[in-house]
Amino acid sequence: MSALVVNLAYLAAAVMFIFGLRMLGSPATARSGNALSSGGMLIAIVVTLLSKGIVEFHWIAIAAAAGALVGALASRLVAMTSMPEMVALFNGSGGIASLLVGWAALFAPDPGVGAVTTFTAVTVFLSVMIGGVTFSGSIIAWAKLAEVMPSGAIVFAAQRFINGALLGGLVVCGVFFALEPAPDTHLFYAILGLAVLLGIMAVIPIGGADMPVVISLLNSYSGLAACAAGFAINNNILIVSGSLVGAAGIILTNIMCKAMNRSLTNVLFSGFGAVKTATKVEGEVKPIVAEDAYLILEAASSVTFVPGYGMAVAQAQHVVRELGEILESNGCEVSYAIHPVAGRMPGHMNVLLAEANVPYDQLVESDDINPRMPNVDVAVVIGANDVVNPAARDDEASPIYGMPIVNVDHARTVFVLKRSMASGFAGVDNPLFFGTNTRMLFGDAKASISALIAEFK
Amino acid sequence: MELIPVYLAFILILAIFLGFELISKVPATLHTPLMSGANAISGITIVGALLTGGAGGPSWLATLLGATAVFFATVNVVGGYLVTDRMLGMFKKRTDDAP
Repeated sequence: MSALVVNLAYLAAAVMFIFGLRMLGSPATARSGNALSSGGMLIAIVVTLLSKGIVEFHWIAIAAAAGALVGALASRLVAMTSMPEMVALFNGSGGIASLLVGWAALFAPDPGVGAVTTFTAVTVFLSVMIGGVTFSGSIIAWAKLAEVMPSGAIVFAAQRFINGALLGGLVVCGVFFALEPAPDTHLFYAILGLAVLLGIMAVIPIGGADMPVVISLLNSYSGLAACAAGFAINNNILIVSGSLVGAAGIILTNIMCKAMNRSLTNVLFSGFGAVKTATKVEGEVKPIVAEDAYLILEAASSVTFVPGYGMAVAQAQHVVRELGEILESNGCEVSYAIHPVAGRMPGHMNVLLAEANVPYDQLVESDDINPRMPNVDVAVVIGANDVVNPAARDDEASPIYGMPIVNVDHARTVFVLKRSMASGFAGVDNPLFFGTNTRMLFGDAKASISALIAEFK
Repeated sequence: MELIPVYLAFILILAIFLGFELISKVPATLHTPLMSGANAISGITIVGALLTGGAGGPSWLATLLGATAVFFATVNVVGGYLVTDRMLGMFKKRTDDAP
């Protein structure tokens, strides 16, 4: 197939990606948008295989078959609660693929020049650097999410200095590499090592509650890495698709940062979990048992559920939906208030509730529910903490001060489902627990909700 | 020939602006599918992997690197699209005949 036909097919694929992404923006068209974008991918792959550039099919066929098997199995078997881990691993595999493509480009001298040009060398350096950081950063993010390693922030003295030195060292190596590019030198391996190390060092100081930001940022990097690899091999479709993904990731990152009222630099460098300066809150916690909670819910005419990461941990989404349906058939108005950073990735709670068959038009964003909160009879907080912490609104000394929250304390009654009285992820005490209208329902969230359902029956 | 990097840079800049325009108004409900769908698109690097792994050049290392890249990129593409589809299949609008 001629280069002209191949490039026209790439153009068609790019258009399909663009329309696919656009259709992903509305629930009604999202699924066909994803299918359209996968069609674009198929076209790009098929024309590449038919192009003159490919003469040796043996290894790539084996690799593609193995990759397709792994990808298909992983996507089929993963539990919805583990979706953040899955996305992290997919990001990482995209990152390392781009790293390898950049590396391999060093073996293919530019036609007509007979050697790797400086331009190619710079782009190879960028794809190895971004790809390496994406890969190791995603592995660390996965390890934190899967709790293979402690999910808290790991901070130590001179951390920023060391990370700065790593980045500086990478850039210096990159300059020397660009002057004299060669694939099999100590310099190249140093770049490889430094990039992987930088990815690790960049993600370990970020605590679990900040993971939505990290995941979307790594998503952006995986696109930028593909984009850099596209420059390294002079390929338009890689550049277009990579930069679309890069831009999408940046926007999501920005939304997540805004939802926490923090700058990206603050998320990346502050080691949030370590700060603990909030005004100490004291008061009496008022526990409640399921029987009493039932009586209040039974009389309520509007109930809002506010889920957090704890709902994912307890796998409580199905029983929550069941309770919601019981309340509705009891004549009660039920909604679900979703904070943008609830959970461990953007939209985590929405996916879990969708899995449990909660219609998406019942999910409301915090900005929409807050004005209505004083008319809500019962707000049921399920495993959320920081996103409902009134200290973010009222206590200037709190480390999360300024973060927009779901104002559950304005509801007539608040039930907080909580395992025990430990403080939240950020190590911040929550005055909500001591509020006069707050009742604590201690125990596993799933067991507590099941007990409530049993009361209704 | 020396203008090629400039043309590529043109494409890059325009695509970034297009990306910002496309994504800026996505409802929070769809953040996860959007992210995993975009992630699947970043698996486009599979095209580069196929080209380097299938070039049949003299260097066995280049072939190995390319083939390994094909593996990881295929995981990314296949897994990314399927998992996005699986998630989106669960998003339902309220039906009036619900109990």
